[in-house]
Amino acid sequence: MPSRSDTSFQGLILALQRYWAEQGCIILQPYDIEVGAGTFHPATALRALGPEPWRAAYVQPSRRPTDGRYGENPNRLQHYYQLQVILKPAPTDSQDLYLKSLAALGIDASQHDIRFVEDDWESPTLGAWGLGWEVWLDGMEVSQFTYFQQVGGIECDPVSTELTYGLERLAIYVQGVESIFDLDFNGAPGAGRITYGDVFKRGEREFSAYNFERANTEMLFRHFADAESECKALLNVDEGSANRPALPLPAYDQCLKASHLFNLLDARGVISVTERAAYIGRVRALAKGCCDAWLAGASG
Amino acid sequence: MGELLLELLSEEIPARMQRRAIEDFKALVRDKLAAAGIPAKNVGGTVTPRRLTFFADGIPERQPDRSEERRGPRVGAPQQALDGFLRAAGLQSIDQCEVRDTGRGAFYFAIIQSAGRPAAEVLPELLHAAIAELPWPKSMRFPAAPLRWVRPLNSALCLFDGAMVKVPLDGVPVGATTRGHRFLSPDEFTVKNAFDYVTKLEAAYVIIDQDRRRDIIATGLDRLARKEGGTVKPDRDLLDEVTGLVEFPVVLIGAIDEASMALPAEVLATAMRTHQKYFSCLKPDGSPAPRFLFVANNKTPDDGKTIVAGNERVLKARLADARFFWDQDRKIPLASRLEALKDRVYYEKLGSVYDKVQRMEALAEVLVPHVPGADAERARRAALLSKADLSTGMVGEFPELQGVMGRYYALNDGEDARIADAIADHYKPLGPNDTCPTSPDSIVVALADKLDALAAFFAIGEKPTGSRDPFALRRAAQGIIRLILENRLRLSLHDAFARAISGRAVEYRGPVFDLLEFVADRLKVHLRDRGVRHDLVAATFIRPSESGIASIRTYDSDLVRLLARVESLQKFLDTEDGANLLIAYRRASNIVEIEEKRDGRSYDEPVDAGCFRQPQEEALYQRLSGMRSTLESFLRQEAFGRVMERLATLRAAVDEFFDKVTVNTDEKVIVDGREVSVRENRLRLLSRIRAVMNQVADFSQIEG
Repeated sequence: MPSRSDTSFQGLILALQRYWAEQGCIILQPYDIEVGAGTFHPATALRALGPEPWRAAYVQPSRRPTDGRYGENPNRLQHYYQLQVILKPAPTDSQDLYLKSLAALGIDASQHDIRFVEDDWESPTLGAWGLGWEVWLDGMEVSQFTYFQQVGGIECDPVSTELTYGLERLAIYVQGVESIFDLDFNGAPGAGRITYGDVFKRGEREFSAYNFERANTEMLFRHFADAESECKALLNVDEGSANRPALPLPAYDQCLKASHLFNLLDARGVISVTERAAYIGRVRALAKGCCDAWLAGASG
Repeated sequence: MGELLLELLSEEIPARMQRRAIEDFKALVRDKLAAAGIPAKNVGGTVTPRRLTFFADGIPERQPDRSEERRGPRVGAPQQALDGFLRAAGLQSIDQCEVRDTGRGAFYFAIIQSAGRPAAEVLPELLHAAIAELPWPKSMRFPAAPLRWVRPLNSALCLFDGAMVKVPLDGVPVGATTRGHRFLSPDEFTVKNAFDYVTKLEAAYVIIDQDRRRDIIATGLDRLARKEGGTVKPDRDLLDEVTGLVEFPVVLIGAIDEASMALPAEVLATAMRTHQKYFSCLKPDGSPAPRFLFVANNKTPDDGKTIVAGNERVLKARLADARFFWDQDRKIPLASRLEALKDRVYYEKLGSVYDKVQRMEALAEVLVPHVPGADAERARRAALLSKADLSTGMVGEFPELQGVMGRYYALNDGEDARIADAIADHYKPLGPNDTCPTSPDSIVVALADKLDALAAFFAIGEKPTGSRDPFALRRAAQGIIRLILENRLRLSLHDAFARAISGRAVEYRGPVFDLLEFVADRLKVHLRDRGVRHDLVAATFIRPSESGIASIRTYDSDLVRLLARVESLQKFLDTEDGANLLIAYRRASNIVEIEEKRDGRSYDEPVDAGCFRQPQEEALYQRLSGMRSTLESFLRQEAFGRVMERLATLRAAVDEFFDKVTVNTDEKVIVDGREVSVRENRLRLLSRIRAVMNQVADFSQIEG
């Protein structure tokens, strides 16, 4: 077991990255736009489309404004980390590769109860779905395991394996602490020890207040509309711009922004149940447009 | 006679799909074997999270030879026709055909002999077809093979009489090997036959038989609970589910932390069950014991100590969340949560949940007089507060605790216990196996909830169609029926729906009849399960108007009375008089209908007693006269037995009439200087039979 000694938060990340690099994944860095899950990173959402083989792993901060609890709930955060792995085409030994990654973290399967429990994944905003499981480690859900079937309403061919590690959950388990904020972040002894709370507790407080109370909804609505129209313009949705090539990657950035703005509006409670479906539909239309343009650009 | 063994090893199959999958697969292969002329004597199948296994024995070694006869052209037909026939039959020369005289000339006949193929040769394609055709509720593509399966297939093992069968599965390896338990015995091993398969897998920590796994789990749960001096809370569905999550069940027990035991029992049970699939342990008095039971899929060197410790920590965190909600929720009284219901959309076009509870409150008031023991003030309060728990953190986390939490919070607020119970009970019954509320206030609120739901969704045209019933309106209708019948409530469903429709926020101009008809359909189903004939329900629920014209319908929407009428009608029809009278009714109404149609008029005017020509007419007329008002009064008294007795007295007169009297006659008689058609008068008499009997039930709906 290579890195059994280092169970710090950053140690886990380093160990997973090293493991997946050894499996032929390129180790990417987080995408620089707020997203709700690692899947939204273009390295997964767009690269899952088309025939080219692709293997990548990266950490992605995930923002879920409605999950904020002002840093008072030991298990819930509005900002947390996922480690995302995409393997295309899906290897026949995907499950074994995953289990070996746990071994690389010092989790010996013979000592534990590891289970693959049905949990199909769907992202209405990305127009994406897949079948798979949540992975239980002694009753704790530590990962999501999905075989991508569709993204942007387009069939994935070949099918990819997508793995998402909930890093805080995993660390809580490995370190045996009760609260995310008590996680040992750096594994340094004595005074040099930094906890997860040292780094993020203040952010949880401030962003919860922002997400739930302070965000200027008028501005958010405006920005949503801006992002939507910019995205459409870059995809040549409106006639008149038809002679210029579509720019799916910049367009996709705008789609991600629209998605996050929607999440913020949702957290502020200003979107009714009825409107909600309509907003999700608008973001999905953008995502679909980007996926189409991405594929068209690849072949043209 | 051969033995067939097929194991499909895959990644984890969702528990809920397993049993159905193996049953379907068994049927598919069995039918295909039979269709191929190599039927199996016995078929069997087992399923685990990772493998579907099919067994069969008594399969013939080869298909029987077949001889097929085809008739060709007539002898002497043009060469072109002969050539075409030979090509189609796969023959070289017309000399290979027989000539036979069919009685309509001489024809060529081709006798095509096809030798049966060995079963071993037929099986690969046959099994591949079964695999490809097996239906899954949800299936996926995966790179190894161009077929859809529930999750990727890892490998297949297939043996026919010990010899490998090469089922074509592209990139999925097919052979004579399999693997054991994912962690306890992952190495590949070779299998010789079905017996060898079961024995070796058992040694490799896989118990393939799902029923045996379930028994092992049930016994283990029981044993561990007893050791703690308690019992397991029975949960069949959960037992089935966890049976589908493990290949080698190891039952373990863990402790619930002290602080969490203050949570309501339902919260404990739900948090454990839905998120963690844990069983609850009960003390001898039925209260929750501070223990939980669960089933692991691994046998560890430390006898599960690490696994138990991990699960205890997970549960502790889960219950800490629940405790947080429990503490927070109780700070705000339910009554103060009504405001939040205004922002909660009940359904598009149907306003907010707040609007809904207001409607329920108004309905409750109307229903109270029909429910002995119910109190208007309590029922209204319970209706108003019934949905207030939807905005609590706990119900947000565990939606299935709606109502149940409302009860706890209402008690915490100091509400009357009957109000609290009504809040908890008002969603019930949640299905045919759920209990039906019996406390008066609970009945009122439960009825109001369902009447409003039906009226509201019908108002916006959201009626269930086919198998689509997204708002569970059939269940609501069934709930209304059970609430009324099981509590013997006397009320007109028509009036109740009319009141529900007129409720605020819902504009509904459609007829109440649609709603009643929907309930009538559910009622037929409900009563059929209890052995009551559906046609009698239809005949009794919707009564034609006295004139017999179908477009003018009246209905008995007092379900308790309706049931009593149906029962006496059923009894009556079982007697000879009843059965006979039904025949007479049909005869009378057929004749009238045909003549009315032909003449383009109706014959429901009064009978003219002055123009009878035969004593049987007079006798029937005497029997009928006065019967209407007698029946009317018996019906009003709900003396249905006497109604039927009275109807029975018609039989002799009706029979005599049909025996002796001819309806169609040209005879005319002069009455008071007018010429009257005897035929028309007789038709009026028959129409009268129909009208009188229709007072009791619509006999035209009765079958058989």
